[in-house]
Amino acid sequence: MLRSPTTWFLVGQRLGIAFITLIIVSFAVFFATELLPGDVAQILLGQAATPEAVAGLREAMGLDEPAIQRFIGWLTGLAQGEMGRSYVNNIDVADLLGGRLQNSLRLAGIVTVICVPVALSLGILAAMFRGSWMDRVVSTATISVISVPEFMVATLSVLIFAVWLDWLPALSYGVDVDSLGAMLRAYAMPVITLSFVVSAQMIRMTRAAVIETIETPYVEMALLKGASRTRMVLVHALPNALGPIANAVALSLSYLVGGVIIVETVFNYPGVAKLMVDAVATRDLPLIQSCAMIFCVSYLSLTTLADMIAILSNPRLRQ
Amino acid sequence: MTMTPRTKSKFRLPTPHNLGYAFNWTGRIGLALILFWALVALFGRWVTPYPVGAIVDWDYFGGISTEYWMGTDYLGRDIFSRVLMGARYTVGIALAAVTLACTIGVVLGMIAAVIGGWFDTLLSRLLDAFNGIPSLLFGLVVVAAVGSSIPVLVLTLAAIYMPGAYRFARALAVNINTMDFVTVARARGEATPYLIRHEILPNILGPVLADLGLRFVFIVLVLSGLSFLGLGVQPPNADWGALVRENIEGLSLGAPAVIFPSIAIASLTISVNMFIDNLPTKIRDRAE
Amino acid sequence: MMTDTPLVSVRDLRIGAITDSGRKVEIIRGVDFDIVPGEILALIGESGSGKTTIALSLMGHTRRGCAIEGGTIRVGKHDVTGMTEKQRARLRGTEVSYVPQSAAAAFNPSKRIMDQVVETTRIHDLMPRARAEAHARDLFRALALPDPDTIGERYPHQVSGGQLQRLSAAMALIASPELVIFDEPTTALDVTTQIEVLRAFRRVMQESGMAGVYVSHDLAVVAQIADRIIVLKGGETQEQGTTEQILNNPRHPYTKELLAAFDPVPHVPLAGRDDSADTPVLEVRDLCAGYGAVKDGEPAAKVLDSIEFRLMRGRNLGVIGESGSGKSTLARAVAGILPAYRGSVLFDGQTLAPDLAQRSKEDLRRAQIVFQLADTALNPAHSIANILARPLRFYKGLHGAACEREVIRLLDLVHLPATLRHRLPSELSGGQKQRVNLARALAADPELILCDEITSALDTVVAAAILDLLKELQGELGLSYMFISHDLSTVEAICDDVLVMYKGKVVEAMPATRMSQDATHPYSRLLISSVPQLDTGWLAGLEQDPELLAAFSER
Repeated sequence: MLRSPTTWFLVGQRLGIAFITLIIVSFAVFFATELLPGDVAQILLGQAATPEAVAGLREAMGLDEPAIQRFIGWLTGLAQGEMGRSYVNNIDVADLLGGRLQNSLRLAGIVTVICVPVALSLGILAAMFRGSWMDRVVSTATISVISVPEFMVATLSVLIFAVWLDWLPALSYGVDVDSLGAMLRAYAMPVITLSFVVSAQMIRMTRAAVIETIETPYVEMALLKGASRTRMVLVHALPNALGPIANAVALSLSYLVGGVIIVETVFNYPGVAKLMVDAVATRDLPLIQSCAMIFCVSYLSLTTLADMIAILSNPRLRQ
Repeated sequence: MTMTPRTKSKFRLPTPHNLGYAFNWTGRIGLALILFWALVALFGRWVTPYPVGAIVDWDYFGGISTEYWMGTDYLGRDIFSRVLMGARYTVGIALAAVTLACTIGVVLGMIAAVIGGWFDTLLSRLLDAFNGIPSLLFGLVVVAAVGSSIPVLVLTLAAIYMPGAYRFARALAVNINTMDFVTVARARGEATPYLIRHEILPNILGPVLADLGLRFVFIVLVLSGLSFLGLGVQPPNADWGALVRENIEGLSLGAPAVIFPSIAIASLTISVNMFIDNLPTKIRDRAE
Repeated sequence: MMTDTPLVSVRDLRIGAITDSGRKVEIIRGVDFDIVPGEILALIGESGSGKTTIALSLMGHTRRGCAIEGGTIRVGKHDVTGMTEKQRARLRGTEVSYVPQSAAAAFNPSKRIMDQVVETTRIHDLMPRARAEAHARDLFRALALPDPDTIGERYPHQVSGGQLQRLSAAMALIASPELVIFDEPTTALDVTTQIEVLRAFRRVMQESGMAGVYVSHDLAVVAQIADRIIVLKGGETQEQGTTEQILNNPRHPYTKELLAAFDPVPHVPLAGRDDSADTPVLEVRDLCAGYGAVKDGEPAAKVLDSIEFRLMRGRNLGVIGESGSGKSTLARAVAGILPAYRGSVLFDGQTLAPDLAQRSKEDLRRAQIVFQLADTALNPAHSIANILARPLRFYKGLHGAACEREVIRLLDLVHLPATLRHRLPSELSGGQKQRVNLARALAADPELILCDEITSALDTVVAAAILDLLKELQGELGLSYMFISHDLSTVEAICDDVLVMYKGKVVEAMPATRMSQDATHPYSRLLISSVPQLDTGWLAGLEQDPELLAAFSER
């Protein structure tokens, strides 16, 4: 379909806003970790350290420079892929992150591939047969899942699949997966948990988007032409709901970011989130900053994507 | 052309009469559970059968018994007493945070909607940017930087949810602001504080309160998540999330120590959602 | 009249609904009627009379929350009430079809017009696509649509409102049904557009010989197209008869009331002094206003273009025009809600600041504005007493018992009982709300009231009563009105002078009583001649210059 110049202007504007947001977010992340009370050098050396030693370390780490200068230095470093060195084990943050990031992305990827088709069909079906027993079951189940914390979904899955049924291992130590079966088992628990959390959101939003379209006068008009319910939904409602649905998918996927933090911790999964939670425990600031930025960037990309889909799918902007 | 004979006005005051009228049973059960947990949070400390920190049983992860209604935890402390006390932390912190977040957010949202112009644009952009940080992550970063204490938790959670409350209230207020009765008041020569206080606020109160309920649920979830990661309420005190964390080892034994705090969280959040979902639609109507 | 067995017969129809608060009410209470083949029956009534509900029930359809609870509906050979949803679907579009009130909303925005027009034939598999499209193009021609061969290739938002309405008729006629339901199909259109659409409907219905149900609130429109009329109120039949009989010899008091409201008492100017020497209460000079970002002192979208007029004390000025003519913007610019970027507004000889924020409290008090929709003009969260007390406190500093006395006096002034002051706006009827709306303006003790379409959203009978009230108040309080409306008969009923607006300009100014004879500007003439008359032969006998129509209406 053709897009008018205003559409591209709006898309460009949205991208611009995303960029500014990114700067503000990184500013917040940097200053939350650097400027709030607690002297890093003091923490690293412990309470027993002499003031001279602390001062020496401060100078060596460049902590005496003005904050804004350090922020710009940090940001330009990030842009060039230099994330600094971990305080705790003195390894390049980039090296620590490399494999972990891959693991997390793989987890997110598998969850997306499973969730999107399942959630979309359930959401559309629930909207189509609104008020039926099937709709009620789906709605009750989804509201229950989004009302409980992610860790409860995780512990419940452990209780059911690992403790009672004994099908799957409770923890995924699995980095060395030698067979398909082993890989399936290693990923099963984290994937199941995350899929529940993400698809519950997605089903609810999809259902709402389709129902909103079903209630428009043109769908009633189709009914008055003698169209069947299937035709009303598939031919008239769905094409107009595509934008809102795609928006719902992108937004729901941003829930992955919060969910992954809990899930990786619960299942001891070697991803970025686990690394970050451990870093928080040891107050390893460069590592925390880098992990936080990774999460913020992915979250921001997903929400920006959702907004852009909303803009592109607006029929009023069609040429 | 309306299809029903009674012309429906767009708004309705959330008076008890109007509210009570259309409550169904699901909503009432939700409300009852909410009130129950509110009472527990207020008066729970005086009815705990055992001191909260006391080790009362030599056996750990004890089962349900007449002495220990919800079993005992990994140190042999009474779970019933700890759940009653945990309500205080979970409900208290979440309520304080949500009140703070919504008060600031709603007031700023209304001002932005009425004044408009650069004030509105700047504030909206800034808070939208802040919304670009995933909530649990923000909690992690702050706790990493300043350590965890109850005031820090309340302020952090409030900071996380304030932009959302702002955005919601602003959207509602922008809609009301275009209504003719606001134009009439403006044409009369009324000042901005009057417009906000008398013309806008009463008409967004219903949806704002419903939104406050939903935000409360999210805050309970994030707080529990933080505590579960060991970054929320610190031992020896424990909110419900921390209780689950403490006793997670008991999971493989199916110990009541891990199950009851989980049930407590779920019953609170689900009942709030049930209540909000079954509010009369006029109140729940969203402007977004 | 035809005497065959009726095509449709409805007996003791009862339809129930569940209100927002969960109560069950009966909205259609035992309605009977027949329609013979080829006949057009009109359902006339005000909002809430149940006319659309009855019309939709002929297709076996009820809206959410409503259900057919008793009686029988027979269409052709089918007993609609006893059919399953599947059987009803087979009936819809083929034997009974529907022309919606708002075609703009009833067309799917993401599909081409042709696909939607021929959809009925696809659903019921009636004919090959090529034949259906050829038939559609014939219908486009019969409905006098421009570019009949290519208009189907466009998307709904690429054609005008009047065209869409005619296209929706093509959509309804494509499968040659036996009965077509028209649900207020011209209500959303401007008068000059309405004529074209009405004419097209009339022609295709006459040529095809199909039977029709025409739902409307406007007797004059119905008079042009219907053979028989049923007058409804509160879900019950008040009177049933041929169009001629209903118009010329109504029996039921409610029908008489409807007809009387159509012919309001002509306006008699306030008797008295010769005012040519006085300063006008309102004078507007070279007024220009618009919306959007201001650049070089001019806004991006200019709406008003050099408006000039004078309104003498105790007299009324009408401003008429169609949607988009800028008449409401004029009221807002005078009130200072939308500051004018050029020109001046003089009140009683003194220049007012363009922006109301710069006007004094006293200036604001003397000119009040009343809006069209009382639903949105009254704050739903405040009681009537609060709404009326605020201007009293604000302008006059009244408090306590004095304020309450004044509130009661104001309610009395607009003929409302004092007890009403404890209620919320949502508990009042439309007419009562509009009276409160007026009372709030009176609370300021104004000299001029700007009335922005204040009777347009009301049912005819209620609107006529409001007009009477306005005249009465003018006599008592010596007010002047600036009366904005798209309805010529309303303006005629209350105004001394009239401004005709078109695209932000005043094209003609004249005395209201001589409007129909004296109008010289082609647009004024077109507008005036387009207002339907209570006369069955009006549309057939109407001769308008087609070039004029093409030039001024949104074709």
